Amino acid sequence: MAIVMFSSELQQFTGEPSTSIDAPDYRSLIAALCDRYVKLDRNLLTEMAVAIDGVIIVDPLLESISHDSEIHFLHFVAGG
Amino acid sequence: MSEAKQFKYIGTRSIRPDGFDKVTGRANYGADMSLPGMIWGRTLRSPHAHAKIKSIDTSAAEALDGVFAIASHADLPAVANISIEAGEGSSNLVDLGQNVFAKDKVLYHGHAILAVAARTEAIADQAIDLIKIEYEVLTPVMDILDAMAKGAPILHDNMFTEGLAEKPTTASNVATRHEFKLGDVEAGFAAADVIVERDFYTPTVHQGYIEPHACLGRYDENGQSMIFCCTQGHFDVRASTAALLKMNLSQLKVIASEIGGGFGGKTTVYQEPVSLILSKKSGRPVKMVMERDEVFKASGPGSASRLWVKVGAKNDGTITAMQGRFHYEAGAFKGSPVMMGCMTAFTPYNLENVHVEGFDVVVNKPKVAAYRAPGAPQAEFAAEMVVNEIAEKIGMDPIELRLKNAAAEGTQTIYGPKLKRVGLVECLEAVRDSEHYKSALKENQGRGVAAGFWFNVGGQSSVNLNMNPDGTGTIVEGSPDIGGSRASMQLMAAEEMQMPAENFKPIIADTENVAFSAGTGGSRTTFATGMAVIEAAQDVIRQMKERAAAVWNVTAEQVEWSEGVAINTAGEDRLTAKQICKGADRTGGQISGRGNINARGAGPSFAVHLCDVEVDKETGKVDVIRYTAAQDAGKAIHPSYVEGQLQGGAVQGIGWALNEEYVYSKEGLLENAGFLDYRIPLASDLPMIDAIIVEVPNAFHPYGVRGVGESGIIPPLAAVGSAVSHAIGIPVTELPCSPPRVLKLVQDNA
Repeated sequence: MAIVMFSSELQQFTGEPSTSIDAPDYRSLIAALCDRYVKLDRNLLTEMAVAIDGVIIVDPLLESISHDSEIHFLHFVAGG
Repeated sequence: MSEAKQFKYIGTRSIRPDGFDKVTGRANYGADMSLPGMIWGRTLRSPHAHAKIKSIDTSAAEALDGVFAIASHADLPAVANISIEAGEGSSNLVDLGQNVFAKDKVLYHGHAILAVAARTEAIADQAIDLIKIEYEVLTPVMDILDAMAKGAPILHDNMFTEGLAEKPTTASNVATRHEFKLGDVEAGFAAADVIVERDFYTPTVHQGYIEPHACLGRYDENGQSMIFCCTQGHFDVRASTAALLKMNLSQLKVIASEIGGGFGGKTTVYQEPVSLILSKKSGRPVKMVMERDEVFKASGPGSASRLWVKVGAKNDGTITAMQGRFHYEAGAFKGSPVMMGCMTAFTPYNLENVHVEGFDVVVNKPKVAAYRAPGAPQAEFAAEMVVNEIAEKIGMDPIELRLKNAAAEGTQTIYGPKLKRVGLVECLEAVRDSEHYKSALKENQGRGVAAGFWFNVGGQSSVNLNMNPDGTGTIVEGSPDIGGSRASMQLMAAEEMQMPAENFKPIIADTENVAFSAGTGGSRTTFATGMAVIEAAQDVIRQMKERAAAVWNVTAEQVEWSEGVAINTAGEDRLTAKQICKGADRTGGQISGRGNINARGAGPSFAVHLCDVEVDKETGKVDVIRYTAAQDAGKAIHPSYVEGQLQGGAVQGIGWALNEEYVYSKEGLLENAGFLDYRIPLASDLPMIDAIIVEVPNAFHPYGVRGVGESGIIPPLAAVGSAVSHAIGIPVTELPCSPPRVLKLVQDNA
């Protein structure tokens, strides 16, 4: 199962630093997380970028997820 | 990508394709465009830092001969209170509109209130003088501490701090709190042999681009409106302007001019929507060019900050914990880059225990904009200053201390993912092994070293590679060329096509002639747009092979591409690119490759800088006498441009560290809105910046590229600050290290 790591900000809603989830792709991951954590706002998650196995993806809508992936949600990073 | 990959064109120092136009003055910058019937727009700006607008009387201005139109916030359609993705990150649309034109309250000295379009600039200025505005002047809030003080004047009655455990019930000047944690910092500090904690201050600074904001807008009621402007992202200008004016994107074409510097400051809109409103009201094209003082007063500077950092380490140099609390000024509207400061401050270190809090604070100054690695220089300044002090306290070489704790592949970052392969260790070793680091210092001289981290980003880029009948090609891209990206695109097309670089002409197309491309920022263009060029070139090669195969009556798989020539592996046939393109009309039409991508896998770039200064203790004047900048470029596509980025970043950072700051009166009026009093470094102030390009390939780019535009501005603040501390034997905690500040430090500690 993929491991999802939560930032301090998201831990306010999940109450734990990480969880394991069986989700084949990003969309099912979001659905599963929102089912598991009722306080977790779907919009908050979908407005964030996601790092899958260390690669930051800003628009992850169609991303697939491996069973042993490590996933982090993080804020969108811009530059100058 | 393979580290052993050999390149033919990548890594060469080709002649820049835009060079001739720029040195001869032929290049068109923002203010260079004119149209028939064009008139001029000028802006009436607030003389106060904080005031309510009680009344406005424009009757005398309207009656003046030569005045065509007057515009204000009332001319902006009501917009939703939403964020839009435009420029560097998202902007709140209501805030954006109220920054373009103040609504009922002015929030900083220079805040735009009205704009006048007239036959000449002089008439527009005369009309502005005739406009009468009655204000109720309010107490300005000019500093983070004032903004957070109990009973402070509140800039926005509807702003409540976000990010707190409990939702607040009273409005605040603190827009947002961010927090990032790893491990247990208290346990880390308990395990430390030595702990250093300090408070720091950095001032409001400007990017200091030489070309002022300029635009020419022409409204067309038939849906063919146009803006010509200097910008880092013309698609973002289109998005912001269309959202503010409630236009469809297809009704507005934006053409990016050549750009005389941006550094993040040209990623949003100021005059662009105004020129279109004035054009709509007057029926004429309207040109608007900011004066230098307007650029300082009313464009987006970099955040001032108040920073607290605490670091614990063992006597052997192992860092046991790092903690920071960072407050950044956002200016008049929320949205400082404090979160990125939190994410970057301690990332050069492999740490078990880290805790960072960040606060976004509004004050009566212009809304900040991105400035090269936005948010990172301030926070990393504080962190690196304290790390150097730790090294001194435990008697360890500051580079060895950093090597002992250096972030590397697998390091857990505070912002989320573990790092992939990065080149921090290689940068540290390059500086340690440099002649500079081995050289001796003289009396009144000091040396400082600092590291810097920046994420770099990817994002959307679109490229068409249109082949011509003579075998040459036009690279049509949507990324404005600020730092020489045309030459890099040319080299990448050449490498893929295995044809000389001069065969390819790169052009920056307007928003109607290439698909969406994110702006030039975030160190993304050579990485992301370069990948789009590579993809477009591969598409062209595929088509070339198909055409050759059709001529030879073989399959495309039987055709190889080598040195710009299609080769029939089933026979002796050869067709050059020129021959294939010349005959394209007979084999299916002209050949054009396309690369429309959303690039991912941007590789972070670390930088390490070394600075020597000499301090005149009688005047407080600091001279940088030697400077070395090392940075991981992944792969330098055009080494001269990479060196230029390293040197440019260092010089801007030196200016930030030594001289640059916004100086406000107690009434909140900007007192140094010009380059005479806001002093950026001149060539005569500086030694040659020795640039060391480190190449640790980024595995997610075909050639190994990492962005290089931003990391270079991060280390100078602490490298210079630590060098000054070393020279005078007193810790520097405030920037800039200008003569009055340094002299005061010396005298106070005499």
